[in-house]
Amino acid sequence: MSYHSIVLVKQVPDTANISGNVMKPDGTVNRAKLPAVFNPEDEVALELALQVKERYGGKVTAITMGPPKASDILRECLYMGADEVCLITDRKFAGADTLATSYVLSETIKKFAPYDFIFAGRQAIDGDTAQVGPQTAEKLGIPQITYAEDVIEVKKDGVTIKRRIDGGNETLKSVMPLLITVIKEATAPRPFRAKLAMAYKNAKSLMEIEKMVESNSLLLLDDLIEEYKANGLFIPTLTTEDLDVDIERCGLSGSPTKVHKIESVILAGGEHEKINPDKEGLGYLVDKLMEDHIFG
Amino acid sequence: MKKLSNEVWVYIEQRSGKVADVSFELLSKGRKLAKEINGVLKAVVIGHKMDSVVQETFSFGAQETIVVDHPALEEYKTMPYSRLVSELVGSRKPRIVLFGASFIGRDIAPRVASNTVSGLTADCTNLQIADVTYQKKDYKQLLLQIRPAFGGNIIATIITPDNPVQMATVREGVMEMAPLDKAVNGKIDKVDYVPGDIDGLIEIIDHHQEESKVNLKSASIIVAGGYGMGSKENFSLIHNLAEAIGGEVAGSRASVDAGFVEHERQVGQTGVTVRPKLYIACGISGAIQHRAGMDESNKIIAINNDPEAPIFGVCHYGIVGDVEDVIPKFIEAYKNKLK
Repeated sequence: MSYHSIVLVKQVPDTANISGNVMKPDGTVNRAKLPAVFNPEDEVALELALQVKERYGGKVTAITMGPPKASDILRECLYMGADEVCLITDRKFAGADTLATSYVLSETIKKFAPYDFIFAGRQAIDGDTAQVGPQTAEKLGIPQITYAEDVIEVKKDGVTIKRRIDGGNETLKSVMPLLITVIKEATAPRPFRAKLAMAYKNAKSLMEIEKMVESNSLLLLDDLIEEYKANGLFIPTLTTEDLDVDIERCGLSGSPTKVHKIESVILAGGEHEKINPDKEGLGYLVDKLMEDHIFG
Repeated sequence: MKKLSNEVWVYIEQRSGKVADVSFELLSKGRKLAKEINGVLKAVVIGHKMDSVVQETFSFGAQETIVVDHPALEEYKTMPYSRLVSELVGSRKPRIVLFGASFIGRDIAPRVASNTVSGLTADCTNLQIADVTYQKKDYKQLLLQIRPAFGGNIIATIITPDNPVQMATVREGVMEMAPLDKAVNGKIDKVDYVPGDIDGLIEIIDHHQEESKVNLKSASIIVAGGYGMGSKENFSLIHNLAEAIGGEVAGSRASVDAGFVEHERQVGQTGVTVRPKLYIACGISGAIQHRAGMDESNKIIAINNDPEAPIFGVCHYGIVGDVEDVIPKFIEAYKNKLK
């Protein structure tokens, strides 16, 4: 028995290291100005998918939707052992909220059917919404298990998964296909395999090959694509033209939620009493708190 | 344009008949929102033997409670529960639907939003009603869904202008729980459970749950450590201080992510919101997401070696110094005074 796993991955701004003016006037994010990283929980999702493949056989397909630059993390998926990757990119997808995103993802996933599992990180660190996984499952009409921490066993008739719940855990058995969102505690992602990194470091998406052609008039786009394909280094790239999507349901127009207002946080220095970090100062502070009946 | 509903719904999350606090908090908030739109507050209850749960929703102001009660619904399962809520939302199109941003809420709400093509905003720290002009069109009484975003550098106000249903999730503790002195004489709307094909796709094999030993929300003193504590070993200073003064231990997201302290003790937008009598923030810089979870504390003490740290903007007493130095001195000062 072997299983096909699709992994949804996302390139995210490194929200721990934000600086400067990264918001555009329309309230969406200027990702070009941010350092971009592989969303941590998506890396764990890929790891679980690779483990399923190693235990039972099968293949792993990693899919991302994002700007052309997102092909960075697809190469990283290849370095970790993904068999196949796919970049979904189009200006018309820009500004998508979670609903519009899940619509495009679900339409893309249909192209990769049949599949047994869809793995995704529980949430991405740029929004922390945890919505895209379940919304995609709903669109595909398949069940979901969120907050998964272990894939216990896969059998032909179903998969057993342990998931986190409030104050404990649950073991569930589900039929396939199934969408699983993964928490970071599940496992640690493997490092890149040197051999794979060597093999795929020159893998390129359509846009990246187009750029090469633009800067070198001796190259012909179609020939170059064929060459990359022949060498297994072409990252399949889907745009609205390749997908059977209703444009009205994509990007900003397909997003019911809109950003009405953005306020920069001005961390005003409110009035407070300064306490010296010595015996006297702290003694005074304890007295104050006793007066207020907080201590004592 | 079709006439919009004036109903505010709150999904009531329960396990074995015990309602999650966040659902009561949302009913309390929902009551105010419903009043502002001259609307009706309704609770949605799914489960088995739900009579007492339904009565509880009336104590928090639900004017009507929609209940689907059946033995097959005894335990929370994603598929039947989300299907049932989707059918209710899809057919009745309430104006606002609120869910807790909990394990259950975050499991069910996105499916319902996806199914009914509704807008959904996660982890709101504030909800308001206001008239809005968006792209030169006027909208009456929209739900403003307010949340910090992007590493706390911004506060975003999200709206769902052209959609009949506006949905949001809110973390536990963000809204205040306000039971009524006298329960509403609410209506009960019983909806029959008709099994669906997808209901049984997932079965529960095993279920472990313990009442959480951590109860930050009811602690009167909280000692919280941040990334500035430096290491898990150093974080023991937080435990020492908490033990000495009789407080609960908490942490910022950065200290939870670094593994200094467990997730259930996280204070902030994606953790718990607290309002203790005293909050001591040690080595916490004070990003907006953290402040959203503690800035309504009665008294706040900040200890940080960076005098520019934003936490000093919300504290009542500020101590500039190294946590390794200040915390032991604080404990000593306390012990000396209370001898």
